[in-house]
Amino acid sequence: MTKSELILKLADANPHLYQRDIETLVATVFEEITHALEHGDRVELRGFGAFSTKQRDARTGRNPRTGDSVEVTEKNIPFFKTGKQLREKLNP
Amino acid sequence: MSGNTITRAQLSEAVYEEVGLSRNESANLVEAVLDEMAKSLIDGETVKISSFGSFAIRHKSQRMGRNPKTGEEVPILPRRVIIFKPSHVLKNRVNLKGDS
Repeated sequence: MTKSELILKLADANPHLYQRDIETLVATVFEEITHALEHGDRVELRGFGAFSTKQRDARTGRNPRTGDSVEVTEKNIPFFKTGKQLREKLNP
Repeated sequence: MSGNTITRAQLSEAVYEEVGLSRNESANLVEAVLDEMAKSLIDGETVKISSFGSFAIRHKSQRMGRNPKTGEEVPILPRRVIIFKPSHVLKNRVNLKGDS
């Protein structure tokens, strides 16, 4: 399922709404999550899962093609942990 | 880095402000977004949200684990897990520190 298919499903289930409002709604949900992660905040959606960022330390990496050493700076990566309820539904 | 926790309530509030639907309907629609995503994943389908990331199902086979408290060996049964792969856009945004 893609974002546009998600929008269509929601539009089908809510014929009283404008599709452009549903588009704004879906965009807002993911924008808010992104915004929170940008600030180092955590997003906890009980039953579904939680989004957070994890810090990766600076390291010396290698260019796999040339074998040259390159310094990789410390960085944050987005992380998703599946919620208990969803985990149970995946494995009934 | 403030370390706050955002929940459904804040997502619904943002939707309420951006879209202009009632608070109640905003909350129901946020829930519907999560429900549709969960439903697809339970069906084994990948969920791709452009400029955010994709959620895919991975099948894990059985392996032996250990109860860390008792040291007892217990089989970890085959199961399905969700793998979240953040998009480049999201990866870049969590690393913005005033630049670009």
